[in-house]
Amino acid sequence: MSDFDFSFLLEVLIGGLLSGVMYSLVAIGFVLIYKTSGVLNFAQGAMVLFAALTFVGILEHGVPFFVSLAVTLLIMAVLGVTIEQTVLRPLVNRPPIILFMATLGLAYILEGAAQLIWGTQVHGLNLGFDDKPLAVGEVLVSSFDLFAAAVAATMVALLTAFFRFTHTGLAFRAVADDQFAALAVGLRLPVIWAIVWTAAGFVALVAGLLWGARLGVQFSLSLIVLKALPVLVLGGFDSIVGAIVGGLLVGALEKLAEVYVGPAFGGGIEIWFAYVAALGFLLVRPTGLFGVKLVERV
Amino acid sequence: MTAIALETSTPPRHVLQWLAVPAILIVSYGIIPAVGTSYLFEAILLPFLALSLAALGLNILTGYAGQVSLGSAAFMAVGAFAAYNFNLRVPGLPLIVSLMLAGATAAAFGILFGLPSLRLRGFYLAVSTLAAQFFVKWALTRFGWLSNYNSSGVIDAPPLTLFGLQFEGPLGRYLFALTIVVVTTAIAARLVATRSGREFVAIRDNEIAAKVFGVSIFRTKLLAFGVSSFIIGVAGFLWAFTYLRTVEPDGFNLDRSFSILFIIIIGGLASIRGAFFGAALIVVFPLVLSRLGTLIFGGVFDSGVLDMSQRIVIGALIILFLIAEPSGLVALWDRLTKGLFVRR
Repeated sequence: MSDFDFSFLLEVLIGGLLSGVMYSLVAIGFVLIYKTSGVLNFAQGAMVLFAALTFVGILEHGVPFFVSLAVTLLIMAVLGVTIEQTVLRPLVNRPPIILFMATLGLAYILEGAAQLIWGTQVHGLNLGFDDKPLAVGEVLVSSFDLFAAAVAATMVALLTAFFRFTHTGLAFRAVADDQFAALAVGLRLPVIWAIVWTAAGFVALVAGLLWGARLGVQFSLSLIVLKALPVLVLGGFDSIVGAIVGGLLVGALEKLAEVYVGPAFGGGIEIWFAYVAALGFLLVRPTGLFGVKLVERV
Repeated sequence: MTAIALETSTPPRHVLQWLAVPAILIVSYGIIPAVGTSYLFEAILLPFLALSLAALGLNILTGYAGQVSLGSAAFMAVGAFAAYNFNLRVPGLPLIVSLMLAGATAAAFGILFGLPSLRLRGFYLAVSTLAAQFFVKWALTRFGWLSNYNSSGVIDAPPLTLFGLQFEGPLGRYLFALTIVVVTTAIAARLVATRSGREFVAIRDNEIAAKVFGVSIFRTKLLAFGVSSFIIGVAGFLWAFTYLRTVEPDGFNLDRSFSILFIIIIGGLASIRGAFFGAALIVVFPLVLSRLGTLIFGGVFDSGVLDMSQRIVIGALIILFLIAEPSGLVALWDRLTKGLFVRR
């Protein structure tokens, strides 16, 4: 093709990468919990919905922005502790897949509760940020997406610093590395799990605010969990770096496929493309890009 | 899921238990048709039969063979649409043949989407079965040929005929669905007691040990996916042809897949009866809850509130069962009835 529009390709690619950042945001919440407790938390999407709805609900009562943020964070912390005590603790030592099914039930409870309390209508959310297209050379980039990417980067930096430089972070890493060894040196797993679920709630809140500002705060926020799963499969369930790289890959591939391959199939392939790509990839590398390889002995 | 739960291997302990199957058959063929109202058939028994069968299919895959699938509704959709198309495209094809072919098509899809199970385990597999869910839904709405270019996407199901007999009205459709469920259940119950059924359990409990004992992982896993999807496809046919009377992709969404998974968790994993117990609860429970809601609170709450409270209660039930009764309603039932059968 002689008239190949290179700047268009670049625009699609950048748009894809930036929406990939949004996927990573959700995926990181999964990774936090999977790393420390070995649970694939299907309720992460419901937590995103719950956090965003709670925040908007409080905000709409005339409470200032940062106070609402603090109150929502507190609620997410209480939620995290409650989940640890009522769901996780009784299920200790059960197969991981049972825990997964429990988080399915949890997702139903959170979705139901969030909408029961705050209603099912769509809430608008304005983060005080105009989505003006920004011209970089010939390429138009959404400034909101750039803002989201900056927020995501800050959050990842914060999490990394937390893991590296605090005692709790060290305990996290110990638990992620070897639960039994961590128990043996006297780390209290329940406390760490409660903290980790709170951290996941914090990630969910950030993701909920950014996604909510984009789509409106409504039930469909809960469905972004389905966007994050192929990201996890690609990146490996237990790697934050994997979640980021996987998110970027899925975002970019999805958009490129939709624009360049989609028309051949009549469009709309975005819905399943990420899954098929992740599946194809898994057949070659079953532990994902950065996942830990499990060695099985006979 | 580590407990070996092959209920067929323990013979009934009491003469009354031998009578359970004939008793159920007499009630469902003799008494219910005589006393049932069309509300009972339309709102309770028809969805119950279709969902029980779907759950039975999933239980073979998840309960017995230990492969978690989140794509059941997709295989139901494949079954329903395949039956519709065979019926439409091949004039004069008996409905029972369309049904078998629909099951076979669903089985083929199941085996295709089951291929990743050869390399993947646990969560990775569960996530990859979601691919079936999205792909099938997309294909059904994208390719008009599959729904005969019906603009509304809602297609009326053809009349039900089996061996020259017409099955019309709620009662007719109930008897049709019942017969298919009875035959399929009998075959499934037989299957899990055979060598293949035991091989399912073997790969569930310890894949490597099973391999050492000479179980072909490749054959067993794909057989589990094939059989399970066949049954789920037939269930999809029942759902569309006997319950809804329309064939449309929207009913076969992710929520349906989840509710089928919930049925086997609540009813009992790796149990034939579990699928029926769980389906009964999942079908009847929302009806009871909404009746109770209107009874107690009158018209104060709208349907949205009821929907949300239902979600919460179902979610809580799942967690409750996983914690308190991992073997499901079946175990609860057995404990309750034990006192009746065992010598005091």
